[in-house]
Amino acid sequence: MQQTVRNLFFHVPMWFCMQTLFIISVIYAVRYLSNPNSKYDCYSAEFARTGVVFGVLGLITGAIWANYQWGAPWSGDPKQNGAAIALLIYLAYFVLRGSITDEAKQARLGAVYNIFAFAMLFPTIWILPRMTESLHPGGRGSEGNPGLNPNDTTPEMEMVFLPAIIGWILLGIWISTLFARLRLYKEKIYETK
Amino acid sequence: MHGYACIKKKFMKLNKRNILTTLFSLFIITCFAQDGAVSANDSNFMMSDGKIFVVMSVVVVILIGLFIYLFNLDRKITRLEKNKD
Repeated sequence: MQQTVRNLFFHVPMWFCMQTLFIISVIYAVRYLSNPNSKYDCYSAEFARTGVVFGVLGLITGAIWANYQWGAPWSGDPKQNGAAIALLIYLAYFVLRGSITDEAKQARLGAVYNIFAFAMLFPTIWILPRMTESLHPGGRGSEGNPGLNPNDTTPEMEMVFLPAIIGWILLGIWISTLFARLRLYKEKIYETK
Repeated sequence: MHGYACIKKKFMKLNKRNILTTLFSLFIITCFAQDGAVSANDSNFMMSDGKIFVVMSVVVVILIGLFIYLFNLDRKITRLEKNKD
Protein backbone atom coordinates (compact mmCIF):
# COMPACT_ATOMS: atom_id res chain seq x y z
CA MET A 1 0.00 0.00 0.00
CA GLN A 2 2.70 2.46 1.08
CA GLN A 3 1.57 6.07 0.66
CA THR A 4 -1.38 5.15 -1.57
CA VAL A 5 -3.37 4.34 1.57
CA ARG A 6 -3.92 8.11 1.73
CA ASN A 7 -6.37 7.66 -1.13
CA LEU A 8 -8.68 6.70 1.73
CA PHE A 9 -9.40 10.43 2.10
CA PHE A 10 -10.25 10.91 -1.60
CA HIS A 11 -11.34 7.74 -3.39
CA VAL A 12 -13.44 6.23 -0.59
CA PRO A 13 -15.46 9.37 0.35
CA MET A 14 -16.53 9.64 -3.33
CA TRP A 15 -18.64 6.53 -2.77
CA PHE A 16 -19.98 7.73 0.58
CA CYS A 17 -20.97 10.97 -1.10
CA MET A 18 -22.57 9.17 -4.06
CA GLN A 19 -24.61 6.98 -1.72
CA THR A 20 -25.78 9.97 0.35
CA LEU A 21 -26.78 11.92 -2.76
CA PHE A 22 -28.73 8.93 -4.09
CA ILE A 23 -30.52 8.58 -0.73
CA ILE A 24 -31.56 12.26 -0.85
CA SER A 25 -32.59 11.81 -4.49
CA VAL A 26 -34.86 8.86 -3.71
CA ILE A 27 -36.40 10.72 -0.75
CA TYR A 28 -37.35 13.57 -3.10
CA ALA A 29 -38.64 11.04 -5.64
CA VAL A 30 -40.96 9.55 -3.00
CA ARG A 31 -42.04 13.03 -1.93
CA TYR A 32 -42.83 13.87 -5.55
CA LEU A 33 -45.01 10.78 -5.90
CA SER A 34 -46.99 11.64 -2.76
CA ASN A 35 -47.22 15.33 -3.67
CA PRO A 36 -46.57 16.18 -7.36
CA ASN A 37 -44.63 19.41 -6.95
CA SER A 38 -42.05 20.09 -9.67
CA LYS A 39 -39.69 21.39 -6.99
CA TYR A 40 -39.26 17.87 -5.61
CA ASP A 41 -38.64 16.53 -9.11
CA CYS A 42 -35.91 19.12 -9.70
CA TYR A 43 -34.14 18.24 -6.49
CA SER A 44 -34.48 14.51 -7.14
CA ALA A 45 -32.96 14.75 -10.63
CA GLU A 46 -30.11 17.07 -9.68
CA PHE A 47 -29.09 15.02 -6.64
CA ALA A 48 -29.03 11.91 -8.83
CA ARG A 49 -26.94 13.73 -11.44
CA THR A 50 -24.31 14.89 -8.95
CA GLY A 51 -24.34 11.40 -7.42
CA VAL A 52 -23.45 9.95 -10.83
CA VAL A 53 -20.63 12.50 -11.21
CA PHE A 54 -19.18 11.47 -7.84
CA GLY A 55 -19.62 7.80 -8.76
CA VAL A 56 -17.75 8.27 -12.05
CA LEU A 57 -14.97 10.13 -10.20
CA GLY A 58 -14.86 7.20 -7.75
CA LEU A 59 -14.51 4.74 -10.64
CA ILE A 60 -11.73 6.75 -12.34
CA THR A 61 -9.75 7.31 -9.14
CA GLY A 62 -10.26 3.65 -8.26
CA ALA A 63 -8.89 2.62 -11.66
CA ILE A 64 -5.80 4.81 -11.18
CA TRP A 65 -5.20 3.38 -7.72
CA ALA A 66 -5.79 -0.18 -8.94
CA ASN A 67 -3.32 0.30 -11.79
CA TYR A 68 -0.48 0.82 -9.32
CA GLN A 69 -1.74 -1.42 -6.52
CA TRP A 70 -3.22 -4.44 -8.31
CA GLY A 71 -1.35 -4.08 -11.60
CA ALA A 72 -4.31 -3.32 -13.86
CA PRO A 73 -6.87 -0.50 -13.97
CA TRP A 74 -9.76 -2.97 -14.24
CA SER A 75 -9.48 -6.48 -12.89
CA GLY A 76 -13.16 -7.36 -12.92
CA ASP A 77 -13.28 -7.14 -9.13
CA PRO A 78 -16.85 -7.69 -7.88
CA LYS A 79 -16.93 -4.21 -6.34
CA GLN A 80 -15.71 -2.58 -9.55
CA ASN A 81 -18.29 -4.45 -11.59
CA GLY A 82 -21.07 -3.80 -9.06
CA ALA A 83 -20.35 -0.07 -8.92
CA ALA A 84 -20.19 0.14 -12.73
CA ILE A 85 -23.56 -1.65 -13.06
CA ALA A 86 -25.13 0.61 -10.41
CA LEU A 87 -23.90 3.68 -12.30
CA LEU A 88 -25.22 2.36 -15.61
CA ILE A 89 -28.64 1.87 -14.01
CA TYR A 90 -28.56 5.50 -12.87
CA LEU A 91 -27.43 6.66 -16.32
CA ALA A 92 -30.52 4.93 -17.73
CA TYR A 93 -32.53 7.20 -15.38
CA PHE A 94 -31.38 10.22 -17.42
CA VAL A 95 -31.97 8.42 -20.71
CA LEU A 96 -35.53 7.68 -19.55
CA ARG A 97 -36.11 11.28 -18.48
CA GLY A 98 -34.66 12.64 -21.69
CA SER A 99 -36.85 10.45 -23.85
CA ILE A 100 -40.13 11.81 -22.40
CA THR A 101 -41.23 15.27 -23.46
CA ASP A 102 -44.33 15.64 -21.33
CA GLU A 103 -43.07 17.24 -18.10
CA ALA A 104 -45.51 15.71 -15.62
CA LYS A 105 -45.07 12.27 -17.11
CA GLN A 106 -41.30 12.70 -17.18
CA ALA A 107 -41.23 13.58 -13.49
CA ARG A 108 -43.57 10.76 -12.47
CA LEU A 109 -41.85 8.00 -14.45
CA GLY A 110 -38.48 9.41 -13.39
CA ALA A 111 -39.48 9.19 -9.73
CA VAL A 112 -40.67 5.61 -10.12
CA TYR A 113 -37.50 4.59 -11.94
CA ASN A 114 -35.41 6.43 -9.32
CA ILE A 115 -36.86 4.18 -6.62
CA PHE A 116 -36.04 1.12 -8.73
CA ALA A 117 -32.46 2.35 -9.35
CA PHE A 118 -32.04 3.00 -5.63
CA ALA A 119 -33.27 -0.49 -4.80
CA MET A 120 -30.73 -1.91 -7.27
CA LEU A 121 -27.90 -0.24 -5.32
CA PHE A 122 -28.36 -2.74 -2.50
CA PRO A 123 -27.49 -5.92 -4.41
CA THR A 124 -24.90 -4.26 -6.67
CA ILE A 125 -22.78 -2.39 -4.13
CA TRP A 126 -23.89 -3.55 -0.68
CA ILE A 127 -24.65 -7.28 -0.78
CA LEU A 128 -23.07 -9.10 -3.73
CA PRO A 129 -19.51 -7.72 -3.38
CA ARG A 130 -19.43 -8.86 0.26
CA MET A 131 -20.40 -12.41 -0.66
CA THR A 132 -17.57 -12.99 -3.12
CA GLU A 133 -13.81 -12.88 -2.87
CA SER A 134 -12.53 -9.43 -3.67
CA LEU A 135 -9.35 -7.42 -4.05
CA HIS A 136 -11.06 -4.64 -2.11
CA PRO A 137 -11.25 -4.91 1.66
CA GLY A 138 -14.48 -6.38 2.99
CA GLY A 139 -14.99 -9.28 0.59
CA ARG A 140 -15.20 -12.90 1.68
CA GLY A 141 -11.91 -13.87 3.26
CA SER A 142 -10.60 -10.31 3.67
CA GLU A 143 -10.62 -8.05 6.69
CA GLY A 144 -12.84 -5.08 7.41
CA ASN A 145 -15.72 -3.51 5.51
CA PRO A 146 -15.72 -2.16 1.94
CA GLY A 147 -14.62 1.27 3.13
CA LEU A 148 -11.89 0.39 5.54
CA ASN A 149 -9.38 -2.34 6.24
CA PRO A 150 -8.27 -2.01 9.89
CA ASN A 151 -4.92 -3.64 9.05
CA ASP A 152 -4.02 -0.87 6.61
CA THR A 153 -5.06 2.15 8.63
CA THR A 154 -4.11 3.69 11.95
CA PRO A 155 -6.48 5.29 14.48
CA GLU A 156 -5.12 8.68 13.45
CA MET A 157 -6.11 8.03 9.85
CA GLU A 158 -9.61 7.07 10.90
CA MET A 159 -9.77 10.32 12.84
CA VAL A 160 -9.09 12.23 9.61
CA PHE A 161 -11.28 9.90 7.54
CA LEU A 162 -14.55 10.85 9.26
CA PRO A 163 -14.29 14.64 8.75
CA ALA A 164 -13.12 13.96 5.16
CA ILE A 165 -16.30 11.97 4.49
CA ILE A 166 -18.50 14.68 6.02
CA GLY A 167 -16.69 17.37 4.05
CA TRP A 168 -17.04 15.62 0.68
CA ILE A 169 -20.71 14.82 1.36
CA LEU A 170 -21.48 18.45 2.22
CA LEU A 171 -19.65 19.57 -0.93
CA GLY A 172 -21.75 17.16 -3.00
CA ILE A 173 -25.00 18.35 -1.41
CA TRP A 174 -24.07 21.99 -1.93
CA ILE A 175 -23.23 21.49 -5.64
CA SER A 176 -26.49 19.57 -6.19
CA THR A 177 -28.58 22.30 -4.56
CA LEU A 178 -26.88 24.91 -6.76
CA PHE A 179 -27.93 23.00 -9.88
CA ALA A 180 -31.46 22.43 -8.51
CA ARG A 181 -31.92 26.10 -7.58
CA LEU A 182 -30.78 27.21 -11.03
CA ARG A 183 -33.25 24.82 -12.65
CA LEU A 184 -36.13 25.98 -10.44
CA TYR A 185 -35.30 29.62 -11.22
CA LYS A 186 -35.23 28.84 -14.95
CA GLU A 187 -38.67 27.21 -14.72
CA LYS A 188 -40.01 30.25 -12.89
CA ILE A 189 -38.70 32.64 -15.55
CA TYR A 190 -40.20 30.66 -18.42
CA GLU A 191 -43.54 30.47 -16.62
CA THR A 192 -43.76 34.26 -16.26
CA LYS A 193 -42.71 34.87 -19.88
CA MET B 1 -16.82 47.14 -42.00
CA HIS B 2 -14.67 46.12 -44.94
CA GLY B 3 -11.51 47.22 -43.12
CA TYR B 4 -12.50 45.24 -40.06
CA ALA B 5 -13.11 42.10 -42.10
CA CYS B 6 -9.73 42.55 -43.79
CA ILE B 7 -7.93 42.84 -40.44
CA LYS B 8 -9.82 39.84 -39.15
CA LYS B 9 -8.78 37.77 -42.18
CA LYS B 10 -5.13 38.79 -41.73
CA PHE B 11 -5.30 37.92 -38.04
CA MET B 12 -6.75 34.51 -38.81
CA LYS B 13 -3.90 33.84 -41.24
CA LEU B 14 -1.36 34.84 -38.63
CA ASN B 15 -3.12 32.73 -36.07
CA LYS B 16 -2.97 29.65 -38.28
CA ARG B 17 0.75 30.12 -38.74
CA ASN B 18 1.23 30.53 -34.99
CA ILE B 19 -0.67 27.35 -34.27
CA LEU B 20 1.43 25.43 -36.79
CA THR B 21 4.65 26.81 -35.29
CA THR B 22 3.54 25.83 -31.82
CA LEU B 23 2.58 22.36 -32.98
CA PHE B 24 5.86 21.74 -34.76
CA SER B 25 7.88 23.05 -31.83
CA LEU B 26 6.25 20.31 -29.78
CA PHE B 27 8.14 17.74 -31.87
CA ILE B 28 11.12 18.38 -29.60
CA ILE B 29 9.33 16.17 -27.10
CA THR B 30 10.25 13.12 -29.19
CA CYS B 31 13.86 13.66 -28.07
CA PHE B 32 12.81 12.39 -24.65
CA ALA B 33 10.95 9.39 -26.05
CA GLN B 34 13.48 6.81 -24.90
CA ASP B 35 14.53 8.49 -21.63
CA GLY B 36 13.11 6.65 -18.69
CA ALA B 37 12.01 3.74 -20.87
CA VAL B 38 15.13 1.99 -19.62
CA SER B 39 14.41 -0.04 -16.48
CA ALA B 40 10.89 1.34 -16.29
CA ASN B 41 10.07 -1.10 -13.52
CA ASP B 42 12.68 0.14 -11.06
CA SER B 43 12.47 3.86 -11.68
CA ASN B 44 8.80 4.33 -12.57
CA PHE B 45 7.85 7.85 -11.59
CA MET B 46 4.47 6.80 -10.22
CA MET B 47 6.06 4.03 -8.14
CA SER B 48 8.71 6.33 -6.62
CA ASP B 49 8.58 7.83 -3.12
CA GLY B 50 6.16 5.26 -1.74
CA LYS B 51 3.71 5.75 -4.65
CA ILE B 52 2.72 9.18 -3.30
CA PHE B 53 2.18 10.40 -6.90
CA VAL B 54 -0.69 7.92 -7.23
CA VAL B 55 -2.44 9.87 -4.47
CA MET B 56 -1.55 13.11 -6.23
CA SER B 57 -3.03 11.98 -9.54
CA VAL B 58 -6.20 10.84 -7.77
CA VAL B 59 -6.58 14.27 -6.17
CA VAL B 60 -5.93 16.01 -9.49
CA VAL B 61 -8.54 13.84 -11.26
CA ILE B 62 -11.17 14.65 -8.62
CA LEU B 63 -10.41 18.37 -8.81
CA ILE B 64 -10.53 18.42 -12.62
CA GLY B 65 -13.78 16.43 -12.59
CA LEU B 66 -15.48 18.76 -10.13
CA PHE B 67 -14.17 21.83 -11.99
CA ILE B 68 -15.61 20.57 -15.28
CA TYR B 69 -18.93 20.00 -13.53
CA LEU B 70 -18.89 23.50 -12.06
CA PHE B 71 -17.88 25.10 -15.39
CA ASN B 72 -20.95 23.38 -16.77
CA LEU B 73 -22.99 25.19 -14.09
CA ASP B 74 -21.32 28.47 -15.05
CA ARG B 75 -22.29 27.92 -18.70
CA LYS B 76 -25.90 27.25 -17.73
CA ILE B 77 -26.05 30.46 -15.66
CA THR B 78 -24.51 32.46 -18.53
CA ARG B 79 -27.10 31.10 -20.95
CA LEU B 80 -29.88 32.05 -18.55
CA GLU B 81 -28.49 35.58 -18.16
CA LYS B 82 -28.36 36.03 -21.94
CA ASN B 83 -31.91 34.76 -22.42
CA LYS B 84 -33.28 37.13 -19.82
CA ASP B 85 -32.50 40.23 -21.84
